[in-house]
Order: sequence, then structure tokens, then C-alpha cells
Amino acid sequence: MLTTTLILFPVVAALVVGILPLPREATAGLALLAALLEVGLWITALTQFDFETGGLQLGTTHEWVESVGISYSVGLYGFSLWLVGATTVVFAAAIGYAMWVGRERTRAYHALMLLLLGAVVATFAAQDLLLFYVAFEAMLIPLYVLVGVWGGERRQAATVTFVIYTMAGSLLMLASVVAFGVTEGTFSLTEGITSDNTWIFLGFAVAFAVKAPLFPLHGWLPLAYREAPVEVAAVLSAVVSKTAIYGFVRIGLPTFPEPADTLSGLILVLASAGLVYGSLLAFRAPDLRGVIAYSSMAQMGLITIGVFAFDDLGLDGAILQSVAHGLVSATMFLLVGMVERRCGTSDVDVLGGMARGRPTLATVVLIGGMIALAVPGSATFAGEFLIMAGAYEQGWGYSVVVALGIVLAAMYTLRVISAILHVKPGRAVREEALDLRLGELALVLPLLLLLLGLSLWPALVSESAFVASSLEDFLP
Amino acid sequence: MIDTPSVDWLALSPTLALLGAAGVALLSVLLPEWMRKGVAAVAALLGFAASAALAGWVFDESSTRELLLEGTMVQDRLAALAQVILGVIGVAVVLTSWSDRRRENNAEYYALLATAGAGMAFFVSAEGLMTLFLGLEWFSLCLYILVAFDSERETSLEAGLKYLIVGGLGSAVLLFGSALVYGATAELGFGAIAAADSSSDAFLYAGLAMILAGLAFKVSAAPFHMWTPDVYQGSPTPVTAFMAASTKVAALVVTLRILVTAFPAQADTWTIAVAVLAAISLAWGNLGALAQRDVKRILAYSSISHAGFMLMAVAANSEVGTEALLYYLVPYSAMSVGAFAVVAARERELQAPVSLESLAGMGWERPYHGIALWIFMLGMAGFPLTGGMFGKLFVFSAAYDAGDWWLVLIGVAATAVSLGYYLNVVRWLYMRTASALQVAVAGGSPPRDSALDIAIAAAVTVTIGSFFVVQPILDAASDAAAALPF
Repeated sequence: MLTTTLILFPVVAALVVGILPLPREATAGLALLAALLEVGLWITALTQFDFETGGLQLGTTHEWVESVGISYSVGLYGFSLWLVGATTVVFAAAIGYAMWVGRERTRAYHALMLLLLGAVVATFAAQDLLLFYVAFEAMLIPLYVLVGVWGGERRQAATVTFVIYTMAGSLLMLASVVAFGVTEGTFSLTEGITSDNTWIFLGFAVAFAVKAPLFPLHGWLPLAYREAPVEVAAVLSAVVSKTAIYGFVRIGLPTFPEPADTLSGLILVLASAGLVYGSLLAFRAPDLRGVIAYSSMAQMGLITIGVFAFDDLGLDGAILQSVAHGLVSATMFLLVGMVERRCGTSDVDVLGGMARGRPTLATVVLIGGMIALAVPGSATFAGEFLIMAGAYEQGWGYSVVVALGIVLAAMYTLRVISAILHVKPGRAVREEALDLRLGELALVLPLLLLLLGLSLWPALVSESAFVASSLEDFLP
Repeated sequence: MIDTPSVDWLALSPTLALLGAAGVALLSVLLPEWMRKGVAAVAALLGFAASAALAGWVFDESSTRELLLEGTMVQDRLAALAQVILGVIGVAVVLTSWSDRRRENNAEYYALLATAGAGMAFFVSAEGLMTLFLGLEWFSLCLYILVAFDSERETSLEAGLKYLIVGGLGSAVLLFGSALVYGATAELGFGAIAAADSSSDAFLYAGLAMILAGLAFKVSAAPFHMWTPDVYQGSPTPVTAFMAASTKVAALVVTLRILVTAFPAQADTWTIAVAVLAAISLAWGNLGALAQRDVKRILAYSSISHAGFMLMAVAANSEVGTEALLYYLVPYSAMSVGAFAVVAARERELQAPVSLESLAGMGWERPYHGIALWIFMLGMAGFPLTGGMFGKLFVFSAAYDAGDWWLVLIGVAATAVSLGYYLNVVRWLYMRTASALQVAVAGGSPPRDSALDIAIAAAVTVTIGSFFVVQPILDAASDAAAALPF
């Protein structure tokens, strides 16, 4: 029941926010309140979740289309609970940021953000193949408008490429869903039905690879992340991309064990290529948004390696890294947004020297950056280490790639830090550009505190994502 | 005394109700001028509503199929379900028509609309080649006039002429095909044709092909679609809505019925033919729509592509396929009528044909119509939260089940292409502003048009409702499918 509430509450809130003719501030405030209440709902779910027994909890199942075996079936596993948690927190920060900057057409904007929140949570909770498809597709509806209306100058091109890539993947997934449903007579994911059809798995894999994105299906990423409003880019990179990981973990491995095993070599190679290539692109990107966009792609490659390591270490690491990267990436995107608001650009060449006279900004960027580059002791380090250890089973080469990825991450993150804070003041940095305001700090600080907490106790997520007894359900 | 066949009046009541309404609407010319439009419109509205309600009753009564009028007509749930859908479409079209700026001939307009509806209700329960042709001509003749009804507009006249010529050709082909089938089997009834053992007769195959082609004209399946964009564009918009929804419902149901009941022995041949028609329609409709600027033309090409999707279900030649087709018709009709209703509203506001440019910024200025059109476009593209998604899912499932996996892939590719124009409409609605394009916008508040707004609300409700309430529709479709001999 609680899972249904987690899905429906933001949707209802979206309708209320969209319909009530309130003034701008009130509308945005209402949306933020709804997002915070959603975090509260998630905390309730967290307290009710029994981590000892694991398995699917807090779920509901209703018949939907009985004759073809489609049901409204939702519920949370340990790992879904953590992914939903990251989602609610990141959305609250993003909606808060949108309120802070005062987005135009406030009612439509916040209604769409809340709809997106509902769709993402539904994706993480879906226990029916068709419901998963519905939620996965439903994310695209608000995203299309959010990027297309409130985006930057080249937003139209961004939406077109984004939609073409995503829909190409989604429609292949639809074909796979149809083929699976017709062959098996049900769409349920809870009955432990497996399929050994490689083609059907491939349809899903392509859809997830586009959403993540994995190399070489990342063509939509640079434009979308650069042109989207910065908080939408944060949401895209922090949580929407993680639906792909959820798809691999919840659908790919348990439902298609044989095909996943057959194709794991290919996926691991592509993920490794994405990790290295994305890191190099991030190092070379001319603007901060580009760096974070490509680093997100690299991180998704890394997490995919963890998933396809096919062992407990890799899976635990993948979930921990998903949560940690979600928080880090949202923090970094919001920080870039704050820098952009001060300097009007995120071009690395014209920025710099912002540390002088702006101690709060400097501290926050430094802490965020340190966690992003996986400094030992941070949550991201723990995640990457688990993935590296897990990948060793599949071949030591993958561990080397992961290690290389960590080194490259240090390079591009240090580049971000120094580009913002150090060197001599850039052309775009005006003397009077302010330090972080209290409102901005209030958005970033909770994210940083959560990250620090997770750094102190990464096992909170990694040990509870999968209960040992049910882990084999998720391994082929 | 002449022996008259026994008549089951209840089974014919959906048709008769509409004929009665048409009569009342026509007689309204005797009334003072200020009452005419109201009386005629209300008569048509009640006629369609009564037709739908009576068809619902017939649906309830006909758990077994029964032949009527010496075996020329049939009373079964397939026909009754189609008649319910047709009646509801009719109600929405009357509501959409209400605020048209036509000054005269309102009585004739609504009478023709109701008569066309009656013809379609008759057509879907035809069980013989004669009644089939009779029904086809009955509603086609009404539509020829309705298409050309705005006789002061050249495009309307042009559309009427085109429709008349191409439609006449289609009817002639159908008639010729019927004659060949009659020649080969010496039978007119569908069941009797199937029973007559003449499956190797070349005339029968030629006749089958010509009947299929004749019906494909009405379904506007490629390559028999040439008339569609011009006629849809030129007709008065409510008439376009009526044609896009009703004609398709009627023609597809009849296509399915005649193929399954009269030609089961030739199924190996016609399933391939229909699958090819579906594939061509999908390709042609979607690619054609990409090049259009006029919204009515876009919707016309989109209707061709939807014909392709629905023919996929016919090609499956199975109970699942029939259910898929009947389910698909429900959200499709709603989205079609709804989209054309929004176009009609915009047309009335701007007093000009609606191109993509004239939609610029409409989503922000006219939020209600904007959101409605957004929903219809997403539905037609098969996005979730609309019945369009389940329609596509069921159609694909039926095709996959029948072994036509290649058709599923074509359908998936067609859907991908279709996003190009459906989302383009959304882009114009929300991502272009009218000020940037210097499009003359009426400004201020939109003209009040409650009737049309009710029709749009109903269409939105059905579009979204059919996503959540799938099983009841599917059950009804499954009952209807049981009437066919699979």
C-alpha cells in the first residue's frame, strides 16, 4: 500500500499544483512541500521495511487486464528502496532549486516535475513487465516538455535527439514485452518466470543501454544534459539514468539469466569502453556541464560493470554507487547551475578564481568534488571498490579498467574544482558575484550531509540492498 | 396476401432510431427559423444516443448470433458493439458541429449525419453481399453530400467531388467483386459462400481481391488512400471527425466479418493480402504525415497509419486479433474525434485553416484545448496513460501470436516514425510562441463553445479511461469476437 502511495502522491500533487491558480511563489512552495512530504513518505517506508527478511515488501497487486495477464503490481526490494530514496531526495533538491531560480510558467513546470517524480518512483517499484514499460515511457512525457520548453537555446535539437534515441530503445522494449507476454502468457515479474530468448533480452538491453546511456548509444547525452534546465539535468543524470540499472537488476538478470550470461561479455566490453571513453571526454569537455554529463556516462558504465559482474560484491557495489552517484551528480549539477547563474556560462576557459572571497562556495564545491572523485573513505570510493572487487571474478582486465576509471575520475573532477575555484579569475567571473546564498546552501547541504553520512557508513546501503538469501534470485 | 419476412424490430432498432431522428431533423424546416437548428441538432443527438443505447440492449440480448430478414442481416454482438461505438461517435460529432458558423441548411446537415449513421449501423450487421453493398452506398451517399456541405468553400466542393469519384470507383470495384463471388458460388449470404465448396475457383479469388480493395477504399488503407488527405482537409471539420472515426469503425468491422465468415477457406491468401495492406499503410501513412503542414492533413495521414495498425489485427485472423481490433477502435475513435474537435475549435477561433504554425503557443493560451490535443497526440503515438498504448500492445500481440513478427517490427518502426509528427504538434503547441512567429491570434478569451468542450472532455475521458479500464472493454470485445467462427 505504501508503495502505491509513494507513486500516487506526487501524481495527485502534480494535478493539484497544475490546476490551483495560485501565485508563483505559492505554487512553487506547494510543489516543494509535496516533494518534502514524498521524502517523508519514503522515510516511513524505510522504517517499515524489514531488512532482515528482504524480498518484496510494502507491495500491492491488483488485476488490471486479467485475460492477458497484466496486473498492477508494485513493491520494493531493498535496492529499490534505496533507489527510491535517492529519487525523492534529489527531486526535493531539484524542485527547491527551481523554486529558488523562479522558473517561468510555474504551474506547468512544477506539475510536470512532480509527474516525473511519480513516474520514476513507479519505474523503481514496478513488478509487472507492462507496468514497468508504462512507467518507463511515462517518464518521457514530462521530460520532453521540461527540456523543450524550459531548456537552453538549442533545446529543440536536444529534445529531438533525446526523444529519438529513447523511443527507439523503448519501442524495441515494447516489442520485447509483447513477445514475452505472448510467449509466457503473463507479464508478471513476481512469478519467477524466466525466458531464454536472446532476442527478447536484447530489446530490453538496448532500451536500458540508451537510458543509461552506455557506449555507443550515448548520442543524446551531451545535448540533453547541456540544454536541459540544470535541475532537470540533475534529475536526468542522478535518478532517471538509474532506471536502466534497475531494469538490468530487476528484469535483465532474474528473467533472462541465460541471455544475460551470453551477452554479458559484450555488455561488459561496452560498459568498459564507456567508462574509459566517457572519462576521457569528460576530461576534454570545454564546459562544466559537459564534464559532468560525460562523467555521468562513465559512471553508468562503471555501475553496469558492477551489475554484470554477476556476484554479490558487484551487485552491492552497483546499488551503492547508484545511490552515491545520484546524490553526487545532483549536487554537482546544482552547483554548476549556481555558478552559471553568477557567470552566465559554464565554459571552463572563462571561469576560475571563484574561491577568493567566496568561502562557502569553495568549501561546498571542494567537498562535493572530493566525493565525486572517490577519495578513499567516501561513499563513492566504497562503491567503486566493491565493483572493482566484484568485476575481478569476470576477469582481472575489468578490474584494471575500473581502476583506470577511478584515476580518470580524479583527473576530470580536479579539473572541475580548479576550473571553478582556482587559477586566476576568469573573464566571466565578476568581482561582485556573490558567495552561495543561504537558500542555495539549504539545497546543497542536505545532499552533502547525506553523502558524508553514506561515506561514514556505506554498508547501510550495500549490506541491505540484497538479503543474502534472496541474492541468487538476481544472479543468473 | 404477400408473404412478408418476419422482422425482429429490436435488432434493427439502432438503425431505425437514427432514421427516425433524420426524419425529425428534416421536418424541422417546417418550424420557424430560430428553432430549426436546435430541433435538428437535438433530434440527431438523441437519435445517436438512442441508437447507442438500443445497440447496448441488443448486445445484451444477443448471446447467440441470429440471422434476420431471410439471412441477409445478422444480429450478433460484433454488430451491436460496433453500433454502440458508432452511436457514441455520432453524439460527439453532433456536439462538435453545434457551433459551426453555418447559417442555413442545418436541418439537412443533421438529417444527413443521422442518415449516414443509420447506414453504418445497417452496414455493420450486413450478412450478405447485397446488404453489404446497400449499406455501403447508403452511408457513402450521405457522406458525399456532407463532405461538400460548405458549398461556399471551394476546397469543400473539391473534396466532395474527389470523394464522390474515388468512392464511386471503390463501390464499383466492390460490386464487381461481389458479382464475381456470386458467379463462383451462386450464393450471396456470407455463411453460404463459405459453405459453397469452390475454393479453387479463380473467379472467387478475383472477387475476394476486389471486395477487399473496395473495402480498403473505405478503410483508407494504402494504396487505396489517395482521396483521404484531400477529403479530410476539405470537408467541414466535424464531418472529417465523423469520417475518420465512424467510417473506419464500420468498414473495419465489416472487412473483418466478411473475410472471416465468407472466406475462411481462403484465409491463407487473404491474411497475407491484409498484412501487406497493413504494412503499406503503416509505411505510407507515417512517412506521408511527416511532410504535412496542415493539421487536418497530418491527422488524415495518421488515420491511414492507424488503418494499418488495425489491419494488423485483422490479418491475425484470430479471436485475439478481433479483440485487439475492437479494443483499438475505442480509444482510436475518441482520439480522432477529439483531435478534430480541437482543430474545429481553433478553426472557428482563427477563421482560417489550421496549419502547424497556427498552433504556435496555443498550449499556453488555450490550456484546456492544448492539454486535450497533447493527450490525443500522445495517445495516437501509443504513449502510456492513454488507451492508444494498449491498442498497440494488443495489436502487436495478436500479430506476434499469428506468427507475423515481421509485421510487429514494421509496426514498431512505424510508431517510431510517427513520433516525428505527433510530437511535432506538441512542439508547436508548447515550444513555439505565437509572438515569435507573428501568427494572427484572436487573443482574449476563446469563443464559448460548451458543446464542443463537452465533446472534447468526453474524448479525453475515453482516451485516458480506456487505459485504466481495460478489462471491461476487452470482455465486451471478447463477447463480440465469439460471434465470429474462429
